[in-house]
Amino acid sequence: MSIVYLAYKNLVSKPLNLALSLLLLMLSVSLVTFVFQLRDQLDNQLDRNIAPFDMVVGAKGSPLQLILSSVLHIDAPTGNIKLSDVKLLQKHPFVKAAIPVSYGDNYNGYRILGTKKEYLQRYNVGLSEGKLFEKPFEAVIGYKAARLLGLSIGDTFVGNHGLVASQGHSHDDKPYIVTGILEQSGTVVDQLIVTSLESVWDAHDHGDEHDHDEDHHHEHANEDKEITSLLVKFKSPLGMVQLPRYINENTNAQAALPGFEIQKLMNLLGSGVKTINGIAIAILLVSAFSIFISLLKTIRERRKELALLRTYGLGTPKILLSVLLEGVFISIIGFILGWILGRIGIWFVSEYMQGTNGYYLELLSPDKFELMFFGIIFVITLVATLLASVSIFKLNVAKTLSDA
Amino acid sequence: MISTNNLKYSYEDGKQFSFPDINLKSDEHLIILGSSGIGKTTLLHLMSGLLKPNEGTITIANTEISSLTQGDIDKFRGEHLGIIFQQYQFIKSLSVKDNLILRQSYPKRFHDKKRLMDLAERLGLTEHLNKKTTALSQGQQQRLSIALGLIHKPKVVFADEPTSNLDDTNCDKVIELLKEEAEISGSNLIIITHDQRVKSHFKNQVVL
Repeated sequence: MSIVYLAYKNLVSKPLNLALSLLLLMLSVSLVTFVFQLRDQLDNQLDRNIAPFDMVVGAKGSPLQLILSSVLHIDAPTGNIKLSDVKLLQKHPFVKAAIPVSYGDNYNGYRILGTKKEYLQRYNVGLSEGKLFEKPFEAVIGYKAARLLGLSIGDTFVGNHGLVASQGHSHDDKPYIVTGILEQSGTVVDQLIVTSLESVWDAHDHGDEHDHDEDHHHEHANEDKEITSLLVKFKSPLGMVQLPRYINENTNAQAALPGFEIQKLMNLLGSGVKTINGIAIAILLVSAFSIFISLLKTIRERRKELALLRTYGLGTPKILLSVLLEGVFISIIGFILGWILGRIGIWFVSEYMQGTNGYYLELLSPDKFELMFFGIIFVITLVATLLASVSIFKLNVAKTLSDA
Repeated sequence: MISTNNLKYSYEDGKQFSFPDINLKSDEHLIILGSSGIGKTTLLHLMSGLLKPNEGTITIANTEISSLTQGDIDKFRGEHLGIIFQQYQFIKSLSVKDNLILRQSYPKRFHDKKRLMDLAERLGLTEHLNKKTTALSQGQQQRLSIALGLIHKPKVVFADEPTSNLDDTNCDKVIELLKEEAEISGSNLIIITHDQRVKSHFKNQVVL
């Protein structure tokens, strides 16, 4: 019979002690892995989504709201601005790219974004099939939106007014046609329906405009048209210094910096993360203490059995090993169960986010941090077990066995 | 097979014992008689290497165990000695069968399944092998204790007060069983007891 089997049998012979130790360890591990995964994945997603743009110009209001709505497509927009107001920016020497976006409709909850093809280039998203939109009411569908909406090339759909599914009236008379499906990018584009600015404008014209031919119509009309915001990438760092202030002071629009706003948001989130980590560490210490106490107790209760093992020919090192193995089992099983629980948490949050704003989290295999965290837990439980086992070295076999 | 020479032991509280020399040939059994408090259990612990004598030597099967290191005594005892305790000692988290396998497993692995089943059969434990030891009756626990003392075919098996709680009929039965099993295992049996009823079963006697 191996020492491992003996340790296992001893461990499961006290199911309540085992359950308590495992539960505490699980709780601590799941909290830590859950919080770190959540923060890492949000951090990465936000970084990827805001990276293409340095500045967003939109209607006055909360700058964070402007970023959330125009870049991350979570919140409602702050309002509209006139395309003519930001005309100047599109030709400014500090500006590398200035891309207008206009939106206000959705199809089954997926936002229909009117913009230029350049928008897709900024995100480095190519087509997985079909072609880009050319004429009004042609649209390309983001990878995830296409999958979940079940749209393929040649399909038509009508937009609904508003940004949430099953709200507002539908533009039944202006159906969109799908010309292409975008490849997966891991950015917000995956969950968008992208079309030309003209489509969005036309959808809201309600046919009461002059009946010029299409192209001509837009040439003139564009000057008065409104957009939701303008997404700007600077060519030179000087732009970052001068342009936001210029816009905020001299126009009706406001300029918001995604990097700055998201940093503020993550700092807020960061203090939450710290709090939860503090709680997790406290639980971890309680868990180590509980392992220590429960092993100390079982070693005391099993003094006679340990003495008996000595008469069976097991030396002190082997007996010590059998007790250490109990601690090792708890740390390994507790970590695995806690890790799984943490991932289940991530899955739940992902489902919730998916339902509310289309974002999702991935279920990733253990990362470096988690392996390191396991190492820490392993060492802590081993120390707790060793401290509990000190009496094994001092075991007086003859006395223990002859005591009634 | 086993011989002691000028054995002395003193406890920390000052209690001192000195023991008469014992010489036992390889096919003999022995009974050590003495009233309570005279050092019977101390002698058993000395001979089984659980205590180290202050003076004198103990030699079992040409090995002077009183000069071995702690680790080597543990190994020697595991392999060559068996002890049947007055208070039955089992590993409670293991089944009857696992207790027996454990006794066969150290220091060397010599798990002998046939030996285990034969022994269980003779001691009437076969249908209890998968039970927890706490589920056994007193009699079954005593027989398991005997099995644990002999399953690894030790050179010497010590039995500490094996008959203390038994009536006359059962006392005779247990002593016969012990002798019989010791002979099948090829082990020398040394019984330590204050029970005068056991006397008549043994030629070799030492009185403390």
